[in-house]
Amino acid sequence: MPSLVTQLINLFAAVLLLLSFGLLAQRRVLSLIHLFTLQGLVLAASTTTMAYFTGQPHLYWSAAITLVLKVFLMPWLLHRMIERLNVRWDVETLINIPTTMLIGIVLVIFSFNLALPISGLSQSVARGTLGIALACVLLSFLMMITRTKAIPQVIGFLAMENALFFAATSATYGMPMVVELGIALDVLVALIILGVFMFQIREQFDSLDIRHLESLKEE
Amino acid sequence: MTVYSVMAQVLAILLAVLGAPLLTGWINQCRAWLQNKSAPPLLLPYRTLHKLFWKESVVAENASPLFRIAPYIIFGAMVLACSIVPSLSTDLLLAPAADAIALVGLFALARAFIALAAMDIGTAFGTLGARREMLVGFLAEPALLMVLFTAAFLTQSTSLANIVETIANQPFAIYPSLAFAGVAFTMVALAENARVPVDNPATHLELTMIHEAMILEYSGRHLALLEWAASLKLFAYSSIGLAIFFPWGIAHGHDPLGMLLAAPALILKLAIGGAVLALIETMSAKMRIFRVPEFLAGAFLLAVIGILVHFLLGA
Repeated sequence: MPSLVTQLINLFAAVLLLLSFGLLAQRRVLSLIHLFTLQGLVLAASTTTMAYFTGQPHLYWSAAITLVLKVFLMPWLLHRMIERLNVRWDVETLINIPTTMLIGIVLVIFSFNLALPISGLSQSVARGTLGIALACVLLSFLMMITRTKAIPQVIGFLAMENALFFAATSATYGMPMVVELGIALDVLVALIILGVFMFQIREQFDSLDIRHLESLKEE
Repeated sequence: MTVYSVMAQVLAILLAVLGAPLLTGWINQCRAWLQNKSAPPLLLPYRTLHKLFWKESVVAENASPLFRIAPYIIFGAMVLACSIVPSLSTDLLLAPAADAIALVGLFALARAFIALAAMDIGTAFGTLGARREMLVGFLAEPALLMVLFTAAFLTQSTSLANIVETIANQPFAIYPSLAFAGVAFTMVALAENARVPVDNPATHLELTMIHEAMILEYSGRHLALLEWAASLKLFAYSSIGLAIFFPWGIAHGHDPLGMLLAAPALILKLAIGGAVLALIETMSAKMRIFRVPEFLAGAFLLAVIGILVHFLLGA
């Protein structure tokens, strides 16, 4: 039987995977933001658990940054954005959610197989979760590919960063502090820039549907 | 075969058959409270059964013998299902007779008969209900099998008694795969028991109904048996869920004292489970029928991920 810390991290990883599938299947923009917030919360909890059991003080800082950025600041920014863009109750018509989910299962199998030999090299207590983290990254990719509206795509991008962060903590007890701070600020800046970008898209096309960007010529 | 296992089996069947309407009544009561209505009495399902058994059973002129036999077969299948599930003790007389896969088969048998009986008379409602039931059933069944397989992989056995015995006797551990399976099982149980996101058990004349549409032609003792069978099905599903995911309090092997403690534990767990079910039903809105495949595909997917997570994490 694995130790308690491994069990806890495994549980958090499983919840992250569950939330990634939730993001993939959700149609409503508001629920997407709620799921994203929840994902940030789980991430902060798992990082804190890692920090407590491995005695790595810098992981506490990572957890704190995650909590402030991904549970409070970014959801708040997103909420404000959908309020001002007036897409709060937007429902996106997706192409056949069950098919997307089945592709998701294939991605999960692929990443589990890919991660098995890699996690054998790691010494971390949470090495088993590398496959789940990889699956979450690929699922966020899938979400960005299948969505047509701008805001769900941005949320997919942010969820991918969450998964990468989780992969880093689970495989190597986290990256150096400078790198983590850099990434966190990068994502924040990216969110702000993307927000400006969305206003521009809407100004041009009267809609947030990014398929309008595909036609390059003026007609 | 010992006296003890015979006794445990008889007690389990008696508790299921006599207690199932009480569970239904309790859920109805909780739901009424949550929805700010005055609740029906707890024993109302018993009175309904009593009333129906004393009424004359009217059968359509063009009904075939199948229409008359179906309620007895369905009731029998549900009683058998309840007797296989280790709700009180894992040492059951009938436990070696059927494993988890056979249990799913029993539910499928009952479903096939109720659908056939619904189409037997040839009314529009019955056919409509039967088709919808099969639509729900063919998607819910693989999901249920996957949930049971997750538990079977964990414990290296498909026998329900062995599964529960193994999970209950292990030192405490967190199983992420069981968490996935639990969510999937809840979704399947909601769909299979005609509960709110899929079907509304409180409605009696509505175009969207599934279960009620199928039993619309039945009356008298036949209807009583079908209502009782529906309660038993809910009881069986609740017991499976409680036995696999919350196996505390179930007596293992030869343990007469454990049996005495198992009954109050089961009743307490069922009361809490029923209240949670009522809460889920109150908080969710009924889905469009064409959204149901999506809902059940989600359940199937969660169950498959449960198995995959088990292989990756070994837990």
